[in-house]
Amino acid sequence: MPKEGILKKREVDKMTNLENYVQAFCETLEVSEEQLTGLKYQDVPLWDSVGHMNLIARLEEVFDIMMDTDDIIDFSSFEKGKEILGNNYDVVF
Amino acid sequence: MSYEELLDMKPYSLNREDKHRFLTNRLVELTMKHKEGCSEYSAILNSIGFRVDEIHSYEQLPFLPVRLFKELDLRSVNEENIVKTMTSSGTSGQAVSKIYLDRATASYQQKTMVKIVSEFTGTGRLPMIIVDCPSVVQNRQMFSARGAGILGFSILGSKKMYALDDDMKLNVDELKLFIENHKGERILLFGFTFMIWQHFYKELLRLKDEGITFDLSNAILIHGGGWKKLINESVSQEVFFKSMNDVCGLSDIHDYYGMVEQTGCIYMQCECGNLHASIYSDVIVRDPFDFSVCEKGKRGIIQVVSAIPESYPGHSLLTEDEGEIMGEDDCPCGRKGKYFRIFGRLKNAEIRGCSDIYAEMFNK
Repeated sequence: MPKEGILKKREVDKMTNLENYVQAFCETLEVSEEQLTGLKYQDVPLWDSVGHMNLIARLEEVFDIMMDTDDIIDFSSFEKGKEILGNNYDVVF
Repeated sequence: MSYEELLDMKPYSLNREDKHRFLTNRLVELTMKHKEGCSEYSAILNSIGFRVDEIHSYEQLPFLPVRLFKELDLRSVNEENIVKTMTSSGTSGQAVSKIYLDRATASYQQKTMVKIVSEFTGTGRLPMIIVDCPSVVQNRQMFSARGAGILGFSILGSKKMYALDDDMKLNVDELKLFIENHKGERILLFGFTFMIWQHFYKELLRLKDEGITFDLSNAILIHGGGWKKLINESVSQEVFFKSMNDVCGLSDIHDYYGMVEQTGCIYMQCECGNLHASIYSDVIVRDPFDFSVCEKGKRGIIQVVSAIPESYPGHSLLTEDEGEIMGEDDCPCGRKGKYFRIFGRLKNAEIRGCSDIYAEMFNK
């Protein structure tokens, strides 16, 4: 594949990953996209400990990964989650 | 010392002297924090003439009877910082304990529980069978002890299934499929002792007679919640163990002791059958007549201390359970710390109203 093609694919992956990530939040926590920036654990009623495990289950399914317990506990905000998925599970954003 | 620093250490790694030093520092710090933040707690300390400069060991710290959390709303942080309220399990009409958690305390509880249980299950998450019904975690505003236990443990599960439906009937086909799908993998089974016996074991036994069997020889069972009902049915720990083994091949079975008032600091039963205190908490056995500390091998009332609670004054509590210390730092399983056993609830020892008990405990 020409170099340009690879770059393009990576860009497409990034886009889809972000879309999927956003969608997982919006659907499991019942929030709108506008609420996501800066959103932290316990900020909205559905992001409680039950909602947290639902969110993690969803992300694991979408990205086909299995997260460590430490990462599940540290997953404390919308941004922190991206960082964890990016650093530890090769999900590019 | 902060709790985060304690979390960086292995749960069963400290010997008596080191643990004593760490725990005394942290528990004195918590006592002062709650004295400052909780007016009721402060009044209790004042009424007994508590002086922090007289404390050289956490064994000297005051302890509240657990039932005080049923009678009073005790918290040490502002209401707006409370993110979760947990309640004890109780029969209808009975008062329940209310435990108020802020972000930090809730997070310490979860981290601590994972650290302790991972020593037994390994660091990876396992396919998990929850021997309970899904509706138990549905009321999200108020967590019962049962729901909180399940939720706390469910972080250790990868794929999860509830073995019972909301009528407490075994999901036979689903269970069969789940075990089949995870053949060769280690499975984590979690539930409360009585429910496992009543709704899981008895059903497996019945199915076995019909020729339907389940192989759980590869699984680890973690169960807790007390033996009271089973003892009435003459089911001892040995009988429980052997019956589970006979019906589905389970042999890796761990009871645990813990309470909603000190969630996170659970006491796991080791391979030798002993309950163990981790570095995050401790048990002290007290003489029922003068509340002095009992020597190893002497029965008494269990006091529990926990380094976790920052949002409510529950770091030092007198339970209504009877037990004995069996030893410290020398269990054959290799884990450091005290190991002990529980005999159950105190007989006829309804601990009286909070004011009476303080008088009796502290005016010595």
